[in-house]
Amino acid sequence: MKIMATSSSSWFHRRNSTNGIFNSKGNNSINKISSAFSYLVLKNITYGYVPHKPIIENINLLIPRGRFVGLVGPSGSGKSTLVKIIAGLIKPWGGSVEYSYASANNTGNDIEIGKASNKSQGQKEIDNFSNSPLHPSQSIPKNRNGSGNGSGIENGNGNGNGNNSAIIGYVPQIETVDWNFPVTVKEVVGMGAWDKSGVTPFFTKDIVSEIDQALDSLGIHSREFGKRQIRELSGGEQQRVFLARALVRRPSILLLDEPTSGVDHNTQEKILNILISLSLVGITIIMTTHDLSGIAKRLQWVVCMNKRIIAEGYPREVLTDRNLLRTYGLGGDGDNNTDDVTDVKAC
Amino acid sequence: MVLDPNILLQPFQYEFFRSAIIVSILVGGVCGLLGVYIVLRGMSYIGHGMSHAVFGGAVVGYIAGFSFYIGAAIWGFVSAFLINEITRRNKIKADAAIGVVTTAGFAIGVFLISTTRSYTRNFEALLFGNILGITAQDLLVIVFVTIITAVFIFFFQKRLLFTLFDKETARVYGVRTDMVELLFSLVLATVVIASMNSIGVTLLAAAIVAPAISARMITNNFTKMVISSTIMGILTAFLGMYSSYFFDSASGSTIVLYGAACFGICSLYAYLRKIYQTHSHDMLTHSHPHIHVNEHKHEHL
Repeated sequence: MKIMATSSSSWFHRRNSTNGIFNSKGNNSINKISSAFSYLVLKNITYGYVPHKPIIENINLLIPRGRFVGLVGPSGSGKSTLVKIIAGLIKPWGGSVEYSYASANNTGNDIEIGKASNKSQGQKEIDNFSNSPLHPSQSIPKNRNGSGNGSGIENGNGNGNGNNSAIIGYVPQIETVDWNFPVTVKEVVGMGAWDKSGVTPFFTKDIVSEIDQALDSLGIHSREFGKRQIRELSGGEQQRVFLARALVRRPSILLLDEPTSGVDHNTQEKILNILISLSLVGITIIMTTHDLSGIAKRLQWVVCMNKRIIAEGYPREVLTDRNLLRTYGLGGDGDNNTDDVTDVKAC
Repeated sequence: MVLDPNILLQPFQYEFFRSAIIVSILVGGVCGLLGVYIVLRGMSYIGHGMSHAVFGGAVVGYIAGFSFYIGAAIWGFVSAFLINEITRRNKIKADAAIGVVTTAGFAIGVFLISTTRSYTRNFEALLFGNILGITAQDLLVIVFVTIITAVFIFFFQKRLLFTLFDKETARVYGVRTDMVELLFSLVLATVVIASMNSIGVTLLAAAIVAPAISARMITNNFTKMVISSTIMGILTAFLGMYSSYFFDSASGSTIVLYGAACFGICSLYAYLRKIYQTHSHDMLTHSHPHIHVNEHKHEHL
């Protein structure tokens, strides 16, 4: 597992080293040339599928670049919805998703993030952070898919034409995919680079090489598996193919919706190790999960949510009986709780 | 008894037949090409529906005194747009939207025919096709539409494939999926309009769908499916057209029957291949024990 994780992270690091986004140690230092964001800021996100019945309400999150975040909550708590809002698929009723390009290292006015005892204090911190003249925040008004003012995400290809947007990689739930579709593994991964080699149906040699490398780095040998139809792969291999498709885009944010569902324990371990290694080279990872014991405990940062944020922080501090009872609504007040942020720890 | 080759070449002596063969090859090929995307979209009914919808527009155009192509085009594009918008905005699925919009269009045509007494055009040809009555203008339109379709598929191939396979992720990665789907529907409407005269609105759906589902039976590879479907569309159209001369049958229906036969042959091939693979696998297990991880993957014990 470790060898695989190392190969995927080192491959990604080598590919991005010329961009200067990550230094040689893979730390999250900001390069002067780089246009990578420093923080992903979710401000007062509210949305629902039925009018006047929000499924998520007043979500406020401040996610530093390179953090590996797990969204935990019961079915219907809004985890996938929040991920889709970040991805730009859904325009929220209210609030915004923004990027901050400030460096926490180049200001003398450090704000202690997250040491909040209640929701209003937490909101103040986010407001202070994004409105401070020392912490310029760039709000992207509209993405290419017309998500409008609410999302504030630019989902471009990040070609650097004065575009300071984050590049998003998205891995959907396996259950949403038509596995009988007649596509091969390479064709699926190639979709991630659809806009990187012109308007013809063909890919350039460089892109083909990147596709092969992305697959190889995730343990899917391109020569052996490249021409297989995706239905012929196991669940874990299918997830990794989707991950390769996301990595080909060189994302700075990786969004995954239940990436470990439907796979066995060994495969879960493989996928988790790959994601951990990717976060070490500076990719911000946000994934939803139901697995509290196997997955959530091993993540860098956990956000418990059920319509609102119940708690966020290190797993050992957040995954307490009290928080879980409140998150899963078992004997607690679940999504009716108005005192949302009670256990928030600074990074 | 030796077959006289002159008999086989006899139809090609006639200019109308040569035109008809060219038209049938072009229509068969373009329908086979588009059919792949329609079948994979799960909208096989749209060919049937669209062809009925443009019938209404064609009748309106003729009765109003301008080219029936224009009337068919206007209503075809409006139908394509309405189907896309209804599906995108509302809770109903595409097949329901197709059913309402397109049958309404067809009903308009029938209504006008039944109430208007001053028309002379034989609309039966529109319903069942009259490939032997193709004019130079019709041929030009078909050639133009074939080129437009081929160019569209060529330059939008990546976007189309991504949208078909995983529309949500395609949107995240910047594909304008709504625009892609709308353009595809407009191209389909164009093909339907251009093919109406040759195949007929009642049989056009089969001409679109049959080659694609036949190709799907024999391959799991998208590129091979596109190539196979296009070739099958061309072959069935050519053979159907050619045979209709000797059978003295309606060309449109003969082409469709060849398409159905092609589907039967491909289905049989797929069935026999599956039996062969299962039989080969069973023979292998006696000497090579293993367990199944999933249907196609083995783990060796």
